[in-house]
Amino acid sequence: MPRAGDRLSSSQLRANFADVPPPLVADEARVEASRCVFCFDAPCTRACPTHIDIPKFIRQIMHRDEIGAAKTILSSNILGGSCARACPTEVLCEGACVDNTLMKAPVQIGRLQRFACDAASAKGVRFFEAGVPTGKRVAVIGSGPSGLSCAHELRKRGHDITVFEARDVPGGLNTLGIAAYKISTEFALTEVELVKQLGVNIQLNHAVDATELRGMLDEYDAVFLGIGLGKTQALGIPGEDLPGVWEALDFIFQTHTKPFEDCEIGKHVLAIGAGNTAADVATAAERLGAEEVTIAYRRGEVAMPAFAYEYELMKQDGVRFDWFAQPKRVVEKNGIACGVEFVRTKPDDPNSRRSKLAVIPGSEFIIEADMIVKALGQEPLLDLLNALPGLNVEGGKVVVDRATGATSVPGLFAGGDCISKGAEIVDAVQEGKIAAAGIHERIVQNA
Amino acid sequence: MPDLSIEFCGVKAPNPFWLASAPPTNSAYQVRRAYDAGWGGVVWKTLGTEPIVNVSSRYGAIDYDGRKVAGLNNIELITDRTLDDNLREIAEVKRDYPNHALFVSLMVESKRETWHDIVKRTQDAGADGIELNFGCPHGMSERGMGSAVGQVPDYTCMIVEWVKEAANIPVMVKLTPNVTDVRVIGRAAAKSNADAISLINTINSIVGVDLDTLAPKPAVRGNGSHGGYCGPAVKPIALNMVSEIARDPQINLPISGIGGIQAWQDAVEFMLLGASSVQVCTAVMHYGFRIVEHLASGLEGWMREKGYAKVSDFVGLSKNKIGDWSDLDLNYKVVAEIDQDKCIHCGVCYIACEDGCHQSIKWDKQPVADYLKQNSHKAHVLHSGGQTVVAGAGQDVVNLFSINQDTCVGCNMCSLVCPVNGCINMKTIDTGKSPMSWRQYQELLAAGKIDKIQPPEHV
Ligand SMILES: Cc1cc2nc3c(=O)[nH]c(=O)nc-3n(C[C@H](O)[C@H](O)[C@H](O)COP(=O)(O)OP(=O)(O)OC[C@H]3O[C@@H](n4cnc5c(N)ncnc54)[C@H](O)[C@@H]3O)c2cc1C
Ligand SMILES: Cc1cc2nc3c(=O)[nH]c(=O)nc-3n(C[C@H](O)[C@H](O)[C@H](O)COP(=O)(O)O)c2cc1C
Ligand code: SF4
Ligand code: SF4
Ligand code: SF4
Repeated sequence: MPRAGDRLSSSQLRANFADVPPPLVADEARVEASRCVFCFDAPCTRACPTHIDIPKFIRQIMHRDEIGAAKTILSSNILGGSCARACPTEVLCEGACVDNTLMKAPVQIGRLQRFACDAASAKGVRFFEAGVPTGKRVAVIGSGPSGLSCAHELRKRGHDITVFEARDVPGGLNTLGIAAYKISTEFALTEVELVKQLGVNIQLNHAVDATELRGMLDEYDAVFLGIGLGKTQALGIPGEDLPGVWEALDFIFQTHTKPFEDCEIGKHVLAIGAGNTAADVATAAERLGAEEVTIAYRRGEVAMPAFAYEYELMKQDGVRFDWFAQPKRVVEKNGIACGVEFVRTKPDDPNSRRSKLAVIPGSEFIIEADMIVKALGQEPLLDLLNALPGLNVEGGKVVVDRATGATSVPGLFAGGDCISKGAEIVDAVQEGKIAAAGIHERIVQNA
Repeated sequence: MPDLSIEFCGVKAPNPFWLASAPPTNSAYQVRRAYDAGWGGVVWKTLGTEPIVNVSSRYGAIDYDGRKVAGLNNIELITDRTLDDNLREIAEVKRDYPNHALFVSLMVESKRETWHDIVKRTQDAGADGIELNFGCPHGMSERGMGSAVGQVPDYTCMIVEWVKEAANIPVMVKLTPNVTDVRVIGRAAAKSNADAISLINTINSIVGVDLDTLAPKPAVRGNGSHGGYCGPAVKPIALNMVSEIARDPQINLPISGIGGIQAWQDAVEFMLLGASSVQVCTAVMHYGFRIVEHLASGLEGWMREKGYAKVSDFVGLSKNKIGDWSDLDLNYKVVAEIDQDKCIHCGVCYIACEDGCHQSIKWDKQPVADYLKQNSHKAHVLHSGGQTVVAGAGQDVVNLFSINQDTCVGCNMCSLVCPVNGCINMKTIDTGKSPMSWRQYQELLAAGKIDKIQPPEHV
């Protein structure tokens, strides 16, 4: 497979992966902040899963107290800087903003949030301290957003925290999986640092298996499960393991683990699926210099699961869309994938994402591609979950008490993608916070 | 087409928009540009016997939540150019612009001959009128001029008399707002036969302190001095003073209104309260001479709509609507009403009333689904990625606010803070009672004809 550096210069690649949207400069930020009407019981704050006091931090920016603004943000959401960059604000805080009605455009809350967090980060301000030691020990499995958030909250309450991370980098998908033009690897690691500063110990390259986990339940006062999800779902069609067929996560991870020049990229990239993962694949492929990028989806435009702004970005990037195309098999040449055969579908209701799909007989066609990316959702980590006696798992989701994060196993709590089967960073952070409160309650009561 | 031309104490001008005596009228170069841009008249930057020496670092400003220069403060003095240069330029400009008004502001030491001399030279140069700067509140006042004169009625009388001895053109006295009762000085000017009054000059002020250096703003090698405050922030103070002068039966002089004018509406307000011309400084220092186009176009449009043919048709029309509080009707009542169709659910009115006023706004939470059913015509809804988000909603509810009109005291606060124009309206309630002022109330109480009005209920 060719490398991006064969087609594009290093400076071009860096320009292609520049931040979307770019950061606000101070004057822009203050003018934008002045658009906020400073709502009471603000809709934006209610719509934010971590309930950041948005009007408060916006007013702090307006009054040139960006460091205070960052404290407001990070007190509710320790990954506030990542969320500012990667949250689907359009359906969260900004979607709820009253300025949508008043001025037909919301206050750019995400960009303001980034402005404040960046200002604090540039000054290296430290806002939080570990609490008075309690002598209680908690194990956190997984250093993704849910694990980091849970560890941070528990450490603030004085508990001794060890995070176990299977990979050689901390941060989970926040470090490796988010489109590189939203969150750079370096930035993601600075937020991990905020948590480590409090004295949270992160053990890398330490995959916890079921046996060890069972032992931890005895050894520690509580255990938090923030393991996220596993591999991309299989398509279930012949040829999907051929060389030239990629998993979405492997494709995206390379933009964080290697210089852009060394990332592998096909001439014609075909992504199968039309969710946010497919969107990240398509936009990254365009930026790495693919000549043509196609998204094939078995339903139509209206039913696409990607957010509207992701769709807009794909269109701006020049991505091609093939709707009502259901993959049948991967086509090969000399043992290497060179395309996918599709068949046209016809849904009962084109507006629904759940309606029955009929296949139109004889409508087969082939899309040629030298790089085929499977971009469906991720599979749950059932091997581990099923090996834990008494753990209630439904539809691939660990079942928790939403108010405390407690699972059906005493002392075991969970949050993040493993309880939602895939949501957003901000949800994982909030679930980590909730579980931390639940854990604290439990271990303080047991004391 | 409405006629914007005016005659102000005998001097004709194409419109009532004049430049105040200040940096924009410092030189012929500027005044020519100003006339060309459309200004009807100018008051030339205050002349003195000798050019003064200024300090460097002279202005400071107040910004308000993102808007620049809501208020401007300066420690600049009168002209820093020679009298000869100024008078030569005044003569040249007047020759080239015979139809535009040109007043000249003067300030010299309190000696009769000195005043006689400068007044004569100014009218020889061709000025249409003279403005006496009795208002500069900084620097010049320490030398016994400016507001040092304008704060003492006897000095004001004395100098206006000297000037009138020498002048055969109109003499306008520019008042300082830095007094407890501006009418006292206005009466002194009227008593000495001044021809017109202009007000206000700048207000004593310290505009701020730099939080890094701890020096006042503006700082001259780390130190400062109180300055003169002007710009949009001072308009209400100026309007009140203009109104007081306009209503005073002992004054009865044409008024040139000054202070914070930046939009045509500001100018009209000054005129409705009794000013027959207006003067502008800060807005021009901020945006340049071009703003006169907006002033003229706005005034013209308003006059056309209201059916006024000439400016004098409306000057002073609001003057007599201002009077003593004690004569206002205690039985008149307004209450707030929210137009729910316009409401964006920001809650700003609620918290204003709850914490700052009279706890008269109810707060209910409506489930989003019900809200959408009732408000499909106005709700801002976005469908994206299989999710639906409604502006103004959060945690599945929309906050609804409504007025408790039984306890609303009609203070207006909610309607002032509501970000949506026309969303909260104050509507008049028929109390069924005939009008009664506080004075009448006192009389009725004394005569035992009425019960005491009970205080409103508080939570
Ligand atoms: C391609 C892609 C793009 C995305 N883009 C966005 C976006 O733009 N905005 C947004 O808000 N969200 C986005 N998301 C979602 C977001 O990344 C996740 O919701 C979030 O990272 C979930 O956090 P988590 O802590 O639950 O899991 P993860 O981030 O997945 O972290 C889990 C961690 O646990 C570790 N782990 C797993 N098993 C073990 C074990 N047995 N022992 C030790 N460690 C273990 C993993 O190595 C990993 O580091 C995206 C997701 C994907 C897949
Ligand atoms: C920098 C500066 C210098 C001024 N100089 C004079 C002056 O020399 N003579 C004078 O009568 N008023 C002077 N003024 C006051 C203005 O003429 C005017 O009365 C005041 O600024 C209020 O009007 P505004 O709000 O439109 O600025 C000065 C104002 C400023 C800002
Ligand atoms: S909803 Fe919009 S206007 Fe209201 S507080 Fe939030 S950001 Fe400000
Ligand atoms: S008018 Fe005053 S008292 Fe009445 S509802 Fe509004 S803020 Fe409250
Ligand atoms: S201030 Fe106006 S828009 Fe906001 S809630 Fe009150 S009435 Fe509605």
